[in-house]
Amino acid sequence: MDSNWQLFLDSLWPLTQAAITASIPLAVISFAIGLAVALLMALMRISGSKVLSSVARVYISIIRGTPLLVQLFVIFYGMPSIGLTIDPWPSAIIVFSLNTGGYCAEILRAAILSVPAGQWEAGYTVGMSRTRTLYRIILPQAARVAVPPLSNSFISLVKDTSLASIILVGEMFRKAQEITAVTFEFMLLYCTAAGIYWVICLLLSALQNSLEGRLEKHVAK
Amino acid sequence: MSPSNQAASLLTVTGLHKSFGANQVLKGIDFTVHTGEVVALIGPSGSGKTTALRCLNGLEIPDACTVAFAGGPEVAFSAGFKPKQAQILRQRSAMVFQGHHLFPHLSVLQNVTVGPLEVQKRPRAEVMEQATALLARVGLADKAQAYPNSLSGGQQQRVGIVRALMLKPDLLLFDEPTSALDPELVGEVLVVIKELAQEGWSMVLVTHELAFARDVADTVVFMDGGVAVETGPASQVLAAPQNPRTQAFVQRLLHPF
Repeated sequence: MDSNWQLFLDSLWPLTQAAITASIPLAVISFAIGLAVALLMALMRISGSKVLSSVARVYISIIRGTPLLVQLFVIFYGMPSIGLTIDPWPSAIIVFSLNTGGYCAEILRAAILSVPAGQWEAGYTVGMSRTRTLYRIILPQAARVAVPPLSNSFISLVKDTSLASIILVGEMFRKAQEITAVTFEFMLLYCTAAGIYWVICLLLSALQNSLEGRLEKHVAK
Repeated sequence: MSPSNQAASLLTVTGLHKSFGANQVLKGIDFTVHTGEVVALIGPSGSGKTTALRCLNGLEIPDACTVAFAGGPEVAFSAGFKPKQAQILRQRSAMVFQGHHLFPHLSVLQNVTVGPLEVQKRPRAEVMEQATALLARVGLADKAQAYPNSLSGGQQQRVGIVRALMLKPDLLLFDEPTSALDPELVGEVLVVIKELAQEGWSMVLVTHELAFARDVADTVVFMDGGVAVETGPASQVLAAPQNPRTQAFVQRLLHPF
């Protein structure tokens, strides 16, 4: 029992370190790029152009209709057979970004559409262009609606980064696997990793609550 | 305060047509607004008066029409016209909406200065001075830092008016500015609009308040079924209408029971 306790203590830092240097950066970078993709797709969907809207619709359908694990395999193990070899990290970022983009596009689309049409017109009448009205007037209000579901997506993404262990990214779960390969303490290491994921998600939930509070401040009740 | 015949025309609208799908809302409206003139558009619901007003600000794109401001711009709408091209009309006019449409995430001061600062790119000091003066003028000097959701409906609409005035437009457009207000709040908004009219602001006003139209407007346009049925001095159209449809409408509003 003592040796187990010791192993727990010894593995805590390497796992946390892997979370800080790999899992979290992977999630944050992918989410940032993913949001940009999502915004683009959302705008294409509401652009009024049949072509743009259809392109976005097909993209979202493919992303949502195929497993994340399969997407990772296609990019990392599949691409080399057509002559395109991508390293583990870039592969992971590409897949997680595109995946986030597909899932969050519909969230952003709904959030943008939830802002009353009068807000667009008020932006226009003070002389703003469509683009300026979008980022100065519409998106700040859409953010309020979008933050809860986007937070869900981000928390899911943090946990999904564990899948990158399969394509050799040295994130936290891969680190746990490496330690078990030597110690054979599967239960202990995997539960420790699970615990760290849980703590990270608790922190993110707290962050979400404070963000929601700030965005709700000026909303008529 | 009635504009003399010599008053220069500020806005000329010619042949305003607009359909929504198969529904022909405006069937060729013409009217002129002179500098300093208050024009009231009245008429039953669905007569197209709000649509006509929105066309002047480019918020609706007419199927056909020429909207010409003295000294420009002059916009000739036709099929295939891009909404972007209508932006140019907003250099001369500003709209006050029925539902005020203040920006809820911005303070009162930010609401009224965002256009002058970020779009017109006027100097900050001048804009702030103008905002302070105008907010004080509508009795909201102490609300500059407040957010729209903490204001009453009447206060919100007064901020809406200041937001339009801040743009220094040549023409103010009011779309039923009191229709969404509780009855006891209507007066405080009408007072502000009346003062602006007396100061010589040119405005086009869509309203159901006939008494107010008679009080403030120089010219009344009675619209019904997408056409301007009767146009003339407010006293004449409202007190002694010539057209039977105008007569029926005015009677109905003055004696609802």
